[in-house]
Amino acid sequence: MTDTSKSGAAVGEPTGSSAAPSAFLEVRDLKVHFPTDDGLVKSVDGLSFQLERGKTLGIVGESGSGKSVTSLGIMGLHTAGQYGRRKAQISGEIWLDGTELLSADPDHVRKLRGREMAMIFQDPLSALHPYYTIGQQIVEAYRIHHDVDKKTAKRRAVEMLDRVGIPQPDKRVDSYPHEFSGGMRQRAMIAMSLVNNPELLIADEPTTALDVTVQAQILDLIRDLQKEFGSAVIIITHDLGVVAELADDLLVMYGGRCVERGPAEKVFYEPRHPYTWGLLGSMPRLDRDQQERLIPVKGSPPSLINLPSGCAFNPRCPYADVPKDDVTRTVRPELTEVGSKHWAACHMSQEQRERIWTEEIAPKL
Amino acid sequence: MSDKAKAKAEDEAVTIPAQSDGSTGGATLTEDAAPGETLLKVTGLQKHFPIKKGLLQRQVGAVRAVDGIDFEVRSGETLGVVGESGCGKSTMGRLITRLLEPTAGTVEFEGKDITHLGVGGMRPLRRDVQMIFQDPYSSLNPRHTIGTIVSAPFKLQGVEPEGGVKKEVQRLLSVVGLNPEHYNRYPHEFSGGQRQRIGIARALALNPKLVVADEPVSALDVSIQAQVVNLLDDLQQELGLTYVIIAHDLSVVRHVSDRIAVMYLGKIMELADRDLLYKSPMHPYTKALMSAVPIPDPARRGAKSERILLKGDVPSPISPPSGCRFHTRCWKATQICKTTEPPLKELRPGQQVACHHPENFEDQAPQDVVLLSDAKEAAELVAEDALAESARTSAAVAAEAVAAEAAAPEAEGAEAAKSTEAAKRTETAKKGTKDAKSTEGTESAEEEPPAKEK
Repeated sequence: MTDTSKSGAAVGEPTGSSAAPSAFLEVRDLKVHFPTDDGLVKSVDGLSFQLERGKTLGIVGESGSGKSVTSLGIMGLHTAGQYGRRKAQISGEIWLDGTELLSADPDHVRKLRGREMAMIFQDPLSALHPYYTIGQQIVEAYRIHHDVDKKTAKRRAVEMLDRVGIPQPDKRVDSYPHEFSGGMRQRAMIAMSLVNNPELLIADEPTTALDVTVQAQILDLIRDLQKEFGSAVIIITHDLGVVAELADDLLVMYGGRCVERGPAEKVFYEPRHPYTWGLLGSMPRLDRDQQERLIPVKGSPPSLINLPSGCAFNPRCPYADVPKDDVTRTVRPELTEVGSKHWAACHMSQEQRERIWTEEIAPKL
Repeated sequence: MSDKAKAKAEDEAVTIPAQSDGSTGGATLTEDAAPGETLLKVTGLQKHFPIKKGLLQRQVGAVRAVDGIDFEVRSGETLGVVGESGCGKSTMGRLITRLLEPTAGTVEFEGKDITHLGVGGMRPLRRDVQMIFQDPYSSLNPRHTIGTIVSAPFKLQGVEPEGGVKKEVQRLLSVVGLNPEHYNRYPHEFSGGQRQRIGIARALALNPKLVVADEPVSALDVSIQAQVVNLLDDLQQELGLTYVIIAHDLSVVRHVSDRIAVMYLGKIMELADRDLLYKSPMHPYTKALMSAVPIPDPARRGAKSERILLKGDVPSPISPPSGCRFHTRCWKATQICKTTEPPLKELRPGQQVACHHPENFEDQAPQDVVLLSDAKEAAELVAEDALAESARTSAAVAAEAVAAEAAAPEAEGAEAAKSTEAAKRTETAKKGTKDAKSTEGTESAEEEPPAKEK
């Protein structure tokens, strides 16, 4: 966290005032870059968003768009040096409840991690330690932040397992992760992350490894628990269906940047970025009559080392030639407000996008 | 050796599909089954994996991965297979391609029993049945170039396509939308979606009749998924392929399939035409599975009224539940479900269901009305609206059936025998229709959830 390299901050506009924001979580111009032999990988390149308590933010995007790197950045898990000796270069500001995390004392952040903010990982089998029982792992998470004896902590663990719907929690607390099914492991993970009543919960692809029936159970559980604990939730996924179920606000990422952000209804019903159109068009939907053909996005996601110049989406965008003067290939579009609390980064004019969406895209969905 | 010779002889006898023009390819071959004819027939197929224990490796049990399934694949159609993980869908795919030896049952391909053919006997068939694998990273040899990978089928089958292997491989690469000049590249130089295209090119090399695709798009990003789905679609139309597509994603399966089989614990629960299955699923499991799919429409957020949550997890396939395998999680289960296994019966043309108490249809075991205690627990997880609706539709359909029988007295023998029994129930059924009519208003409201939400 102390390693706020300045190299990334050279690009882009100054971060403005560093006064504590009013929002519960505010991320300002976050950049996470990884130096590699092939060049600098700009996994996240200038991301800003806000989140209030009790609200859910959905982050969607393809693999490599920087979703998970963002979440690990917020949790402060990047500097551990898992990329060899080279560390991630992180810049920007992350304000959690009035504290700036990137410049804060690592010991202080360690106290917040797990207590104020917690994370549910995608693959519960690799996130849980195979050598310790589920109970031991939950007890550890609890006792790090609470000065209680083991018995009390274990009672708390049983209580949490019961809360997340694990049958016979007093017996299962002594089971090992391999004795649980995939859905139960994910429940145990959720129990562990919620044991300290965190105010911010980050769920990174929480249901990707699960079957639909189990996914429905877990999504319901996350929704209920959020209501109960009033936490702020960030849900990261590539599945627009999952996001539609949970999120109040939506952030669409492409090539390490936010291309569209706004209330879920706006982004689903009046999307204003061609990439969002592409995502909506490539998805077969159960709630609609059979589409004849899907409308895929052509090409494949860009390399984060050599992002296309101008708008990162321009090589795949069917409307790249709509704006004049080749501006899509030379100038990187900034987020502009296209509606109340709704931003999109596209060179096409508001009217052009509105027309394309209503006339060309929406009827085909 | 003799097998090889035989295979070679066949090579010479048969026009090599890969040699023909490609775009029309397989469809023009005289030996092809006409569209609609049965290409693959599976009867009572079983695969039990033994569990061995102890020093002597004595068998102590078996994982009943596939436990007696019957179905047919017609030429030119796409059969989708869905189910949760561990339901045996991948094992089924490997059984019909004969990558696994069935424990029991038969597999017939073009009327020929291939269940117990040896390696040599299977070889000529290998070119007709190809497979596309789930993981485009592990299914391509990282040390071979794309050219080597896609030309391997020609080498293995001893086929020399017209114009040489290289030209044919390059043609295949362009068919699947790759640059033919990438012939000499290695798999790591390609993205996931491109690798999956390589896998598809390899599967198409010998112009197969049946392609079994095991989760062909689940490892890909959404935008790439759509590209591959469209590609599979185009190839089917151009080459007249028959697909068996195994997937867990119900929306993808609906998009690609003509008919769909829903599997649960090694059994087919429902096998129906796509539209029938998605409009009016009969098996409670199908219904639950479909209601669990998150709908990408924020207006439906938290619309729990439509959702059926299943309790718990899939039971172990080592000792599957008695009777109907779904009875431990079903909210309609009664005593008969626990004791008698429901057969897969064609309840409606084009819709086979294995259930005693189907949804959207008249009850198959109406005498049995007492719910199991498990079912009562399960029903607590099912929204009341969903329960009420299911009761309503079942009653309405039953009434319809009765009306139809009355209108057509020349009904088949079996049905005629039932009609007396059915007549007794007309009273209750009529009541049901009245209920249905009175609630029609709410039904239309349900179709437009945004309106309801606001």
